[in-house]
This record gives sequence, structure tokens and C-alpha cells, in this order.
Amino acid sequence: MDDVAAWFLALYKATGIKLTIFYDGYDRGRFVEGLITTVKLSAYCLAGSLVLGALVAMLQGARTAAVRRAASAFVELFRNTPPLVQLYFFYFALGPLLPRAGGAPLLGSFGWAVISLTLLETAFAAEIYRAGIEAVPREMVEAAASLGFSRPQIYRQVVLPLALRATLPAMTNNLVNLVKTTTLAYAIAVPELVYMSAQIWSEQVNVPEMMVVLLVCYVAMVGAINQFMQWLEARLRVPGFGQ
Amino acid sequence: MRATPPSPAALICQMRRGGLSQRERRQNQPLSLGKRGRGEGAALFSTRTGVALAIVFVASIAVAQIRTQPASASVLELLVKWTPLLATGFLFNLLISFFAMVVGTASGLLLAFARISPRRSLSGTSWIVVQFFRNAPWLVLLFFVMYLLPFQFRLGSVTIPFPDWIKATLGLALPIMANVAEIVRGAVQSIPTAQWDAARSLAFSRRQTLWKIILPQCVKRMLPPWMNWYAILTMATTLASIVGVSEVMTITLRITNAEGRTDLLIPIYSYVLLWFFLYCYPISRWTRRLEARYGQR
Repeated sequence: MDDVAAWFLALYKATGIKLTIFYDGYDRGRFVEGLITTVKLSAYCLAGSLVLGALVAMLQGARTAAVRRAASAFVELFRNTPPLVQLYFFYFALGPLLPRAGGAPLLGSFGWAVISLTLLETAFAAEIYRAGIEAVPREMVEAAASLGFSRPQIYRQVVLPLALRATLPAMTNNLVNLVKTTTLAYAIAVPELVYMSAQIWSEQVNVPEMMVVLLVCYVAMVGAINQFMQWLEARLRVPGFGQ
Repeated sequence: MRATPPSPAALICQMRRGGLSQRERRQNQPLSLGKRGRGEGAALFSTRTGVALAIVFVASIAVAQIRTQPASASVLELLVKWTPLLATGFLFNLLISFFAMVVGTASGLLLAFARISPRRSLSGTSWIVVQFFRNAPWLVLLFFVMYLLPFQFRLGSVTIPFPDWIKATLGLALPIMANVAEIVRGAVQSIPTAQWDAARSLAFSRRQTLWKIILPQCVKRMLPPWMNWYAILTMATTLASIVGVSEVMTITLRITNAEGRTDLLIPIYSYVLLWFFLYCYPISRWTRRLEARYGQR
């Protein structure tokens, strides 16, 4: 670690390329904290949207027409309005309505970012789930029924395993987009990667270097997600289905 | 059985990342068999959602109206008062989206030609470019362009100013470029290779084959995802407010600061949301219709 720091310090002295995050402990701490916040934000939103998305997808197939329409309206609303405006709406318009707990707001910018991005991702996840369930051939369901499976059994043992596999490619895209969308939280001062980098570059005046570091970080994160999901897809593949 | 329109999953892939990659295409087509028909009933949702948003908007005004002190202006009056300013901001957003789309499409086409070039070095380089700009967050690209491009150019003795909104447009055009390149590549590759061979046996050059035979067939396949990207881009133009361009979000923030009234917040934000929804939703529906129509043959 010391060698790396010394090397980057020498690089700065020799060429003027100022990568403070590698040799300045304070900057490195901030940068790592930003990275952790980004990962945390993505993880919370992912978990929330997977659960809520399944719920909304279920509501979209409900028996009552009103429930179905409400669920569809929710999906269309979040998909056809700018995510940034949604974020501002939650943070600036709904935020002040919350009661304050002992001086501090009940929900900080991080909390609102989680809520806003989760709802956005829920809208996308719901569509993906619905498509996945519709993608299971009807003949499979009929075949299972003719073999004496009950409805819950058909869902649990035939439809869902196939549907979840069918959703994986779309889910990969969704996850990549989620990570990219967390950068919006910068706008409401969530201390995530972009925010921390902006603080570093405005203090150290090393904008180009930090920009490159930022881009490399995001591309690396997205690449890792892609690799993992491809591995998962290959791992879960059912021979002869969907190919 | 008649060919089914592309499954919603395919649609989402396109919505979010542009054209389908080969892998997605393969995965989605055989799976769209058990699809439920979604025809006339779907049209209801458009009005319903718009109505729901309008209800939120009107209700928030009504609530604010009741709570207003008699002496001060009502929220509705304030909204009417600021509507012209908001409209100019919104038009500015649309302007940015038009320019970004034009620049992105033109450069995306060039990139796609490089991508499908038989020369390995060219197609490899353009693959890296495409992957990079597709996978980098829009906001980071925007920052990149904003900070790294100069605010004016000097050509000899003439100084050409380079205002921030043009830089924002270029920044937004970059991801569009990469995604348009993917759309074009996907469409070109979806044309059977037999057509290339046939054209070659009729002594067409590569360029002639591409321009006169392949691309005209691709237009139909490219149009729906291209429109999707336009809708996404329009929504993304609000990002320009973060880097200091005075578009509709910046103006909204300024208005709320100037008025300093908490009861104005929900109405004004849902007002802006409603505008974007009214602009983007028809595009989205139209895209789905085109997709369904072209998918049938």
C-alpha cells in the first residue's frame, strides 16, 4: 500500500497527474466512503424493487379492474417522467411534510434517494416480472395441470422457476441502469461516489484525473455486474428451454 | 400461428438500453409464445395515468388553496403567473433534446458503420467506444464534457463562444451515440446474410449494398427503439440543471426559492412532472404501436 502511495506521489511530482485518492489518506477515505454509499444505495434499491416489483406485477394481474389499472398507472407514471424530477419531488416537495424528530429531519437525503429510486426501479422490475410470467408457454401450465398439479404448485414449481430465468437478461439491464441512476442522488447531496469526487476535485483542482477515475469506476462496476449475471444465466440455464 | 409482437421483456430491454443485443433477441423470441393479447384495453391506461397525475396536481392545489392565508396570493395564481417562464424552460429542454438527438444519431450512424466494418481494428475500437459510452452514467459523462471542454474557442483572431447548454447537449449526445450505434448494428445484423451474398453476386459494391439494400430495410426495425431513446433523452435533459443550465428544473428551483412557500412545492413539482408525462407518454405509446405493427410481419 505504501509503495502504491509513493508511486502515485512520485507520478504527481514528475508529471503533474494528481491522483490524491491514492496517497492522501483523507481523500482516499472520502472516495471509499462514496463508493460504499453508491453500493449501499444500489443494494437497497435492488432489494426493494425486486420485492415491490413482484407485488406490483401481481397487482397488475389482479381480478379487480380498479387494482389492475392503479398498478399500471403507477408503472406508466414512473416510466414516463424524468427520474431527476421524481427525486426532486420526493426530496423537496414531500420531504418538508415529514415531521421532524428532535431538530433533524426524520428522513435524510439518503433515505429519500432510496425511496425515490426504489419506486422507479419497481416500475421497471414489475414490467420485467410480468413479461417473464407471460413468457412461460401456456402448454407447460396445461401440461402441469393435466399431471395433477394444483394451482399454487404450478406457480411454485413450474411457472416461477422458468419465469425467473426468462427475466434474467432484462434484469441485468435493469441492474446496470440502477447503478447508473444512483448518480442522480448527487443532486440531493447524497454522499455517493460522484458527490465525493466532486468534493475532491473542487478542493484539489484535479478535475480531469477524478473524471477518469469516476468513469473507470462505473464502467468497472457495470462490467462486474454483467460478468456475474452472465455466469448466473449460464449456471441456471435449463437445457432445451429458451434457446 | 401468427408471429407475435415482441414480448414486453424485449420492449424493456429496448426502453432501457436501446436495440436488443443478439443475446437478448435470441432469449426473447422463443419465449414470447404464451403471450396474452394486449390490444384495446391498454389504451385505457394512457388516459387513466394522465388523469391520476392530474388528480394529484389538482388535489394538491386544492389543499394548498384551503390552507392559504387570505392575504397572500393563491397557489393557482402563482402557477399561472409562473407558467410562461416554466414553458420557456421546458421548450429549452426540448431544444436540447432535439439537438442532442440529431448529433447523437449522426455520430451513432458513423460509429455503427465502423462497428460493422470488416476491418478488425476498426470494429474492435468502435466496440470499445460503444461499450464505454453505454455503460458510463449519463451524469458522469455530462460532468466530463462540462468541465473538460473550454467555454470558448479561438480560431485565429475570432473567439467563438461555447455556451454551457451546447456543452450539455454534446454530453447528452454521447450515450445516445453509443446506443444508436447498437440499434443500427442490431438491425443490420438481423437482415439475413444471404442478401449480402445475393447483392455481391449482382456486382453491388459493399457501400452500395449497405445503402441501397440493407439500410432501407433496417429503418422499420430501428424506428421504435430510436423513438424510445428520444423519450429517455428528453427525460434526461433535466440532468442539465445539475451542471447549471437554466432549463425547467433550474427554473422550478428558482421559483420555489423566490416564493419561499412550502405549500407551492407539491403543486409545482407535479405540474412539471405532468408536462413531461404529457410529452413522453404519447411517444412511448406510439412506439409500442409501431413495434406491434412491424413485429407482425
